[in-house]
Amino acid sequence: MKGAEVVIDSLRKEGVKVIFGYPGGAVIPIFDELYEVEDIRFVLARHEQGAVHAADGYARSTGKVGVCIVTSGPGATNTITGIATAKMDSVPLVVISGQVKRELIGSDAFQETDMVGLTRPITKHNYLVQRIEELPVIMKEAFYIARSGRPGPVSVDIPVDITLSDIKEYDYPSEVNLPGYKPVYEGNVKQIRKVAEEIKKAERPLLYIGGGVIISGGCKEIRELAKIANIPVVSTLMGLGCFDSTHELFLGMPGMHGTYAANHALIECDLLIAVGVRFDDRVTGNLKAFAKDAKIIHIDIDPAEISKNVKAHVPVVGDAKRVLSKLLEYVEPRRKNWWNDTVSSWKKRYPLSYDHKDADGIPPQYVIDLLNEVAPEDSIIVTDVGQHQMWAAQLYRYRYPRTLLTSGGLGTMGYGFPAAIGAAIGNPDKTVIVISGDGSIQMNIQEFATAHLNDVNVKVLIMNNAYLGMVRQWQDLFWNKRYAATCLKRRDGCPPKCDGSEVSCPEYYCPDFVKLAESYFIKGYRVRKTEEVKPILEKIMSYKGPAVVEFVVRREENVFPMVPAGKSLDEMLLGS
Amino acid sequence: MEEKHSIVVTVINRAGVLARISSLITQRGYNIENVIGAPTEDPNVYKVNFGIRGTDEQIEKIVKQLNKLIDVIKVEDISHKKNYILREYLIIKVKAKTSTRTDIFELINVFRAKILDVAKNFITIELSGPPRKVSRFIELLSPYGIQQYIRTGEIALRE
Repeated sequence: MKGAEVVIDSLRKEGVKVIFGYPGGAVIPIFDELYEVEDIRFVLARHEQGAVHAADGYARSTGKVGVCIVTSGPGATNTITGIATAKMDSVPLVVISGQVKRELIGSDAFQETDMVGLTRPITKHNYLVQRIEELPVIMKEAFYIARSGRPGPVSVDIPVDITLSDIKEYDYPSEVNLPGYKPVYEGNVKQIRKVAEEIKKAERPLLYIGGGVIISGGCKEIRELAKIANIPVVSTLMGLGCFDSTHELFLGMPGMHGTYAANHALIECDLLIAVGVRFDDRVTGNLKAFAKDAKIIHIDIDPAEISKNVKAHVPVVGDAKRVLSKLLEYVEPRRKNWWNDTVSSWKKRYPLSYDHKDADGIPPQYVIDLLNEVAPEDSIIVTDVGQHQMWAAQLYRYRYPRTLLTSGGLGTMGYGFPAAIGAAIGNPDKTVIVISGDGSIQMNIQEFATAHLNDVNVKVLIMNNAYLGMVRQWQDLFWNKRYAATCLKRRDGCPPKCDGSEVSCPEYYCPDFVKLAESYFIKGYRVRKTEEVKPILEKIMSYKGPAVVEFVVRREENVFPMVPAGKSLDEMLLGS
Repeated sequence: MEEKHSIVVTVINRAGVLARISSLITQRGYNIENVIGAPTEDPNVYKVNFGIRGTDEQIEKIVKQLNKLIDVIKVEDISHKKNYILREYLIIKVKAKTSTRTDIFELINVFRAKILDVAKNFITIELSGPPRKVSRFIELLSPYGIQQYIRTGEIALRE
């Protein structure tokens, strides 16, 4: 049996149904093997970065391991951003890359690159297959490591001569032997009882939940815990969807663009129950004020996250779902008290709002807000990175886990569209909506071809303000409106300095997204008026298949509230 | 308080494992001061001893991160542990004029070091012992003029 056959058989044994990728010299043997395969679908992206993000979107939306196959050298290096994106957000991926043949390794051969060296800091683990006999074991380990414990991407680099060589005895291993890797799933019962005790004692408890709860499948348990003990909930960007955002206990997302209620609850709580979160700087703001009077409970599967940024008083290492279901055995019902009233009053007094007036273009927030009415209930929202991402986090009312896919940790522009294609392929019955900006969408726009050719049900909404909006917002607020390199209309002939008020500003935008979409045989629409937004959204939701809509939005809209970087959570700019 | 910590990492003997450890430490913003790695009684297991500077809290975080490496079986910060035998090996070349030679010989005797080579203007000496003894030996030789030396950094074994 040839190495290439071993690769394909391993994928089959691991239950892989879809592979994303791009061929090249060093992986021709694997692709040649795939040519015969009918039970695994191959999706050809138009760029390796698109392929990895698609595998990532598939993984996040389905909970399965995303698989990607690329060639050596540039094929491998093009996956780097996608792998780092997956690592930061704990997404299970197996990225298989070809490598030059073993005798050429280290000779600077054509399309040779040190993939193991490159991916070391951005993978959970990585392999260079050195002998054909190791290949089945490595494939088994790669999938096991990717999906177990705190999930993450695993890179497997396979020299082309290994895929061509024969293995004498092939038997796919049934288990792994990794003495250095033993994820802890069950939380320590003594610690869990302590958590229940603390909840009983607390006057001002708060649940702070994140992506870890979704990954563990523990959203039902979180909802139950919150309801039994009447604990208000804040959710990180990665955790949105885990807790029903229409529920009265839900205070919204905390942090830099968090709600008033969520941020103030974090500052004033006396017990913080953090589950599957990592106290990211975008959430905590200045650590000195963060939950300063609170006892901190931290439940996480990764021991290295405990007390990494904020010291935990009661750490519980374990899988969120299992720890929570154990906790539910001990936790006592708690009545609502003045704390519940206070946070609810904050929520009422300081709701997220935006300027609805139809001046200088469509309010971008309005487009997202309308999705609450027109998008099918089980839609999957996928975002790129920037202002639109924050509006999508703030204004769309997530109700189910795995319905928001977004690059939270790495903040990768260009993630959204290919990830949406992967999500649509993994969820053929659902509507997948990409909320993007005119900057982000251009970072993987070549995937229009993949979207059309696979007829995915992906609706791409481009909030076009002709700016790199989030950076422009920082320049507006903190850099004296010096819009350096953030105007996407800027062209040769523009005055050297421009704050957007120049009358000579070119009217047209490059590219014409509608024509571009049409050149890929995708229906494209441009909307300039607020009253046209709803009809067009309804129209694109009414049919299956891809659509692109460009919304010409108010150019200088800022995302509020905002906690400037490094400030404490109560130093919020609420906006004008 | 920032001080030097001695870390002992037990790892699976696989290609690139030392690179994984060192790149993780650099990636987290720390610097390895000394490192030594060698096989053990078990051919599948390799031990790496290294020293890094940091506070107890910082080092605890590094230890947790090291523990996450798939090939790492065990990580111990032995800095505050008393039940370890610590040894280090030194080769040092020191200037020796006729007038200072006797003094140097006496130091060699006191420290139970060993002469490896004697030339016209210098002596080459080896010494193994606890790291503090090695440092002290270097300190006492320095007035005579040290030409060069190399030390392995410590290795540790539990009593």
